[in-house]
Amino acid sequence: MAGILSFGAYVPRMRLQRSAIYEANRWFAPGLKGLARGARAIANWDEDSVTMAVEAARDCLGEDRGGIDAVLFASTSFPFAERQNAGIVKEALNLSDAVLTADIGGSLKAGTGALLQALRGAGTQSTLVVSADARRARPASEDELLNGDAAAALLVGAGDGVARLVASHSVSIDFVDHFRAEGDEFDYGWETRWVRDEGFAKLGGAAIAGALEAAGLAGAGVTRLIVGIPGKGVAAGLAKQAGIAASAVVDDLSGTLGSAGCAHPLLLLAHSLETAAPGDILLVVGYGHGADALVFEVTEDIVGARRSIASIGVSGWLARGVEETNYLKHLAFAGHLKLELGKRADFEQKPVLTALYRNRKAVMALIGGRCTVTGTVQFPKSAIGVNPNQPLIGTQEDYPLADRAASVVTFTSDSLTYTPDPPNYYGLIDFAGGGRMFAEFTDVDPDRLFVGAPMRMMFRVKARDERSGFIKYFWKAVPAAGSD
Amino acid sequence: MPSGIKDKVAILGMGCTRFGERWDADADALVVEAFAEAIADAGIETSQIDAAWLSVGFDAMNIGPSGIPASMALRLPNISVTKVENYCASGTEAFRGAVYAVASGAADIAMAVGVEKLKDTGYGGLPVRSRGTMFDMIGVVGSAPGNFAQLASAYQARHGISYEDLKRAMGHVSVKSHANGAKNPKAHLRKPVDIDTVLNAPMIAEPLGLYDCCGVSDGSAVAIVTTPEIARALGKKDLVTVKALQLSVSNGWELQGSGWDGSHMHTTRIAAAKAYKEAGITDPGAQVSLMEVHDCFSITELVTMEDLHISREGEGWRDVLAGRFDADGANPCQIDGGLKCFGHPIGASGIRMIYENYLQLLGRAGERQREAPVFGLTHNLGGMPNQNVAAVSIVGLEGA
Repeated sequence: MAGILSFGAYVPRMRLQRSAIYEANRWFAPGLKGLARGARAIANWDEDSVTMAVEAARDCLGEDRGGIDAVLFASTSFPFAERQNAGIVKEALNLSDAVLTADIGGSLKAGTGALLQALRGAGTQSTLVVSADARRARPASEDELLNGDAAAALLVGAGDGVARLVASHSVSIDFVDHFRAEGDEFDYGWETRWVRDEGFAKLGGAAIAGALEAAGLAGAGVTRLIVGIPGKGVAAGLAKQAGIAASAVVDDLSGTLGSAGCAHPLLLLAHSLETAAPGDILLVVGYGHGADALVFEVTEDIVGARRSIASIGVSGWLARGVEETNYLKHLAFAGHLKLELGKRADFEQKPVLTALYRNRKAVMALIGGRCTVTGTVQFPKSAIGVNPNQPLIGTQEDYPLADRAASVVTFTSDSLTYTPDPPNYYGLIDFAGGGRMFAEFTDVDPDRLFVGAPMRMMFRVKARDERSGFIKYFWKAVPAAGSD
Repeated sequence: MPSGIKDKVAILGMGCTRFGERWDADADALVVEAFAEAIADAGIETSQIDAAWLSVGFDAMNIGPSGIPASMALRLPNISVTKVENYCASGTEAFRGAVYAVASGAADIAMAVGVEKLKDTGYGGLPVRSRGTMFDMIGVVGSAPGNFAQLASAYQARHGISYEDLKRAMGHVSVKSHANGAKNPKAHLRKPVDIDTVLNAPMIAEPLGLYDCCGVSDGSAVAIVTTPEIARALGKKDLVTVKALQLSVSNGWELQGSGWDGSHMHTTRIAAAKAYKEAGITDPGAQVSLMEVHDCFSITELVTMEDLHISREGEGWRDVLAGRFDADGANPCQIDGGLKCFGHPIGASGIRMIYENYLQLLGRAGERQREAPVFGLTHNLGGMPNQNVAAVSIVGLEGA
């Protein structure tokens, strides 16, 4: 017996209007007009697949991080080619050092592949499956309009959970509709009509047929068809082919989010679980060099789970979006546009790997210290506590702060210091229950920033070292719900 | 209880360069310029100096490591030259070293040399720099105005002051310093400004506009100190002596504890209380004739008036607007233009502040001269509000 125990997601805040992409590019690519509707999610400059995966995992797990045996991270846009990306996620989540971590990539079906692997091992272990993508696309390409940056996370383990795996079927064929060589920036793709007919329809169809047969189900028995393939009418075509009701095809979020690469089928699954009813049959399709199809049956536990998980979920993240119409900002954040950054950007961000390793709990997981004698909480932990009345030596224990609510003590918006998205917001914050931090702020709406404003912590990119390519991660404060 | 420094050391001579964008001068040329004035003022030869302290805030683009560059520039007679750095309070630190050397009897005559060459960065404002390995992983990469702007947000919230009132008070601080700086031939910025110009200036770090920020300057200042006895033996009549030298350094309480609300400088309050005690001053508002404080930003000067126990807590902004710290006010502050207009070559600033008090006490301040000053206070601050070094020194007429 294997099932999904909990689920979560993350969608970055900015929603780039496709009309803005089209307007900027119509002189060159007027044919994009047909795609110029709705919006796509774009990562902030300090977000990547790793940070989005961490946020989706927090959304999935809440503060309960015990009992996880493995972390599988699926992406086609890992920030590190070497340095295990799942390992970064594990550190940020402050999981046990005894967990197994692995990256799974190389295909748009990496997300469903990771999920299937986790489900197959569910008899003996609990696996956190996270998938995130922030796929790069050339300016003026169709993919630039179709893609969306997002992440999903599913905790998989023994028992039925909120949705039990009924059956699955995989088709693996080296069908090369696009590829990207090691070190290359962009995909090289083939004609979309061929991909639609020979790839999406035939390979996706074969996977669906196989899964339905393995489940002993007719197409009519499927309550929701979840197809993570971008392309108008693809899911409807597959439904028709398999005898699945047209009404069972779920919203693929192409209008509001875009396609989140290999994370997309998992994200749509998490979205469906937010409203699914016990007994619903969900059929999930992940496509890429073949296709995976997974059949789930939603259990009674879904009702209680939705109440107990204090998650924001796909719906919550979608509601949090803010409209962005500045296409140049997107180009700059995605690295397509080399702006004059000013000499202050020359500041060297070279990593100090020895110090990072020594301080990994503070830096990666935002672990502070609490004095076992005075109870004083502080960040970071130190040999001698900060309590001015009792500077005791060696009395501190680990004290996680990442999930603590915080509030603003002092703040500014700094137009002088270098940041990819000026002005730079930062200030002093106090954590509920003790502890204080001088923190950078991100995803800021200036109207929601004031002394006392509620904040929550998020794992973000602190800096990228242009010379070595290293990415420094750390925690930043973000205006939390309630600061409106 | 230590007996303190009061009247144990006298200033023998001082010098200070013109501050500003000194495209013409390297750091060692600036040092020589200040030194030439100081040694002439002291009326001694280089060979009579027993020990020296050199203060520089930013190493890399200045004169480099160690005390050697100053020893070479001034061709000192192979005496000890100790380089000190304590953020923007470095200048006072060099002065402290020289004064303590004389007070201990280790040196008869000692010298403090402060210098900073900031205009070789290629951009405005202070250079961006590392603050150590750990800070670079978890700290905020902010700017000096951004760090000090936080004082304003917290002060405003703490005392329930409107944004407009605080902006106006901060603006007055700068208008006053520009008026003072205009009368100082050595000042970097010598143009008076009106309040509208200040209030309508571009925003640097909310709520600090361009005119809320001090100048970033090149410059050097030098102090030569000795005992009062030696000073008299060398023919000096009116002596300016050191009354108090106090330094207070953050230990992380503001940054990591929970008791500080960000609206004031914890260390300045501690250093000020100790300095008044050391100098025997019981009513600073009435007894301190002149103040040169660390007005790196207008809000810093404003809260410093409270932290120095001159204004009552929460009333500093009203005192500023009432003109209490203007040149003709009850407690003139930044009579030389301050960091705001005299300029702020980091390593030299603490000594520059003492230089103005020294000139005023000896009646040598020209157009800026105040009537019969007795005590001059300097407040030299390094770091940022949540982690800093605060130095308060008091000099005065011998016997006062």
